[in-house]
Amino acid sequence: MTAPILDVRSISIAFGGLKAVTDFSLSLPAGALQGLIGPNGAGKTTVFNLLTGVYRPQTGEIHLDGRRVDGLKPNRIAAAGLARTFQNIRLFADLTVLDNVRVACHVRAEAGLAAALFRTRAHYGEEAAIRERALSLLEIFGLTHRAGEYARNLPYGDQRRLEIARALATGPKVLLLDEPAAGMNPQEKRALADLIALVRRQFGLTVLLIEHDMGLVMNICEAITVIDHGMTIARGTPTEVQSDPAVIEAYLGAPDEPAADSAVGSAKVDP
Amino acid sequence: MLGARAAALRPGYGFVLSRALGPFGAVLALAFVMQLVVVPWSGPFYEKLLMDIGINCLLAVSLNLVNGFTGQFSIGHAGFMAVGGYVAGAVTYYGSFVLWGSPAVHGGFLGGGDLLFLAGCLLGGLFAAGAGYLVGLPSLRLRGDYLAIVTLGFGEILRVLLQQTNDVIFVAEEIASATPWDLATALGGALGFSGIPFYTTVFWVFVMLGLLLIVAIRLKESSEGRAFLSIRENEIAAEAMGIDTTRYKVRAFVLAAFFAGIAGALFAHETGTTLNPRELGFQKSFDIVIMVVLGGMGSISGALVAAVLLTILPEFLREFADWRLVIYALSLIVMMRFRPQGLFGIREIWELWRKPPGAPTAGGAP
Repeated sequence: MTAPILDVRSISIAFGGLKAVTDFSLSLPAGALQGLIGPNGAGKTTVFNLLTGVYRPQTGEIHLDGRRVDGLKPNRIAAAGLARTFQNIRLFADLTVLDNVRVACHVRAEAGLAAALFRTRAHYGEEAAIRERALSLLEIFGLTHRAGEYARNLPYGDQRRLEIARALATGPKVLLLDEPAAGMNPQEKRALADLIALVRRQFGLTVLLIEHDMGLVMNICEAITVIDHGMTIARGTPTEVQSDPAVIEAYLGAPDEPAADSAVGSAKVDP
Repeated sequence: MLGARAAALRPGYGFVLSRALGPFGAVLALAFVMQLVVVPWSGPFYEKLLMDIGINCLLAVSLNLVNGFTGQFSIGHAGFMAVGGYVAGAVTYYGSFVLWGSPAVHGGFLGGGDLLFLAGCLLGGLFAAGAGYLVGLPSLRLRGDYLAIVTLGFGEILRVLLQQTNDVIFVAEEIASATPWDLATALGGALGFSGIPFYTTVFWVFVMLGLLLIVAIRLKESSEGRAFLSIRENEIAAEAMGIDTTRYKVRAFVLAAFFAGIAGALFAHETGTTLNPRELGFQKSFDIVIMVVLGGMGSISGALVAAVLLTILPEFLREFADWRLVIYALSLIVMMRFRPQGLFGIREIWELWRKPPGAPTAGGAP
C-alpha cells in the first residue's frame, strides 16, 4: 500500500478544561473520499481547524504528502497543498466572483510585487494565466455567467459552490469540505455530489468531507470516521458505521435514557 | 502549475514596454503642463492651492493603501509625514549650507537645488518607510481599535520627540564644525523647523502624486493587490487561501508610509508653511482619515475626490475656520447615517457607470 497523502497522528487540543479533540488519527490514501461525521459540537470543525493551522495541535503530528505541517501557519499549510471550505461561508463578499477565485490563485504566483508595480512581462503572463485558470474553474462550477458579480449578491447555493471553486484554485492535493451541502435542497445536493466526484477525478484530489446530510455522506464516501465529544468512536465503511452501536448511541442517545438532549437535527441514521 | 502557463502567455516586449512606461510619460507630461501652462496663468493663490491639493491627495491615497485596501485602521499617518518632512528638510537645509554656503534656493527649475530636493524627498520617503515597517510589525498581532491606538501612539511619541530637538543652526561656520548628530538633532524643537528653502513646485507635487497613483492602480489590478484586498474582506479566509497576511499588512504600511514621507517632504518645502510638530499631530492624521472615509475605503478615485473637496472647501470658507472641525464631524455623522460606505464605497468612480470589471469577455484572457 502506498503512503497516505494525509497522515494525522493522534492530535489533541484542549481549550482550558474542555478537551475539544482528543487523540484524533486519520490516514487518507491518495485519491480517497472520506467522511467525518458526528453530532453537533462533536469537534468536527475543530479537527479541520487543527489540520489547516488555525489552531496548533497540543500533541500529535500531521504529515501532508510526506511533509510535516503541524505548527505551520495556515497560509503555509495552504501552500503545501491543503485547502478548505468554511461551514459558515467566508467568501470575500465585496470582491467579484472572479476575484474571489483569482485571490486563491495567488498562492501559486511567483512574479511578485516589483513585477506588478513595473508591469513586467512576467506580470502580464501571470495575470493571464491566473485569469484563465480562474475562468476555467468557474466554468466547471457553472458560475461563468456570474463572474462579474459581487460574491455577496450570489444565491446561497452558488456561494457554497464558489467556496469550493476558490479552494480548488489554490491547487490543493487534499481538499477539506466543511458541510458543503448545508442549506441546499435535495436537487442541489445531488448535483453537488456529482460535482465533487467530477473535480476529484479531474484534479486527482483527495477529499475529506464533514456533512450532516447522511444520505450524501453514505452515498459518496468510501470510509467514514465518527467523532463525539472530541473522541473517535467509530471508523469504517458507511454500512459498518451505520450499524455501530456507539454511533447510534451518539446520535440518538443510549437506549435506556430519554433522547431529549440528543442533537438529532437534520442528522438521521437510516437503519 | 501556474508557472509554465504564465510563461507561455507572456506578451511581446513592445506591448509590455508601452504599457509599463506609458503612464510614467503621461505623468511627466501632465506635470510639465501644470507647471509651465497652468501655474503662470493661475497666479500664486491657485498655485499654492494646487500644491495643497496635490499633497493632500498624496496623503489620502497613500493612507487608503492601509485603511482601504488592507482594512487596517491607522490613525498615525501624519507621523510618517513628519518623518519624511524633517528628514528631507534637514537634507536640503543643512545640505545647502554644505554645498552652497547658504540655505537659499539654488539653481533654477531642475537645477542643482532641485536635485538636492529630490534626493531629500526620496530619503524622507525611505526613512518614513522604515518607520512604517516598525509600526507595521505590531500590526501582525493587533486588530481594529488596538492597532489604531498603536499608530496614534507612534504619531504622538514622534511629535514629543521632535519638540525636544534643539534650535535650528543658521550660522555657516557652526554648521561646518558640527557633527552629523548635532545637525540631526537641530530641528527647531517646538518652534518648528524654519528656513527650509521653498523647493516644492506644482511640478514636483504632481510627479509624486502621479507616481503614487500608478503604484496604487497597478496594485489594485494585480494579484499582489488582490492579496491586500482579501485581508480586508476576510482575514481568516485569506490565510486559508495561502495569503501571507502578515507580509501584506507590513507591505501596505511600508508603501503607505513611503508616500506619506514624500508628502511630508513636499509640505516641508512648500511656500507659506512651517514644518512644526504641532502641525503634524493627531489633528492632521485625523484630517487624512476623514478624507479616506469620506471618499470610500478602498476607492482610489474616492480618496482623490475627497482630498480635493476637503482642501478647497476650507479655503473658500475661511470665515468659518473656527467651525471646521464641527463641520467635519457633522459631515461624517451625516455620511454614516446615509452613506456609510463613503462617496464611492470600495469602487472606483468609473465602476459606478459600468458593470464591475472582470466579467468574462469573448475569448477570455488577453
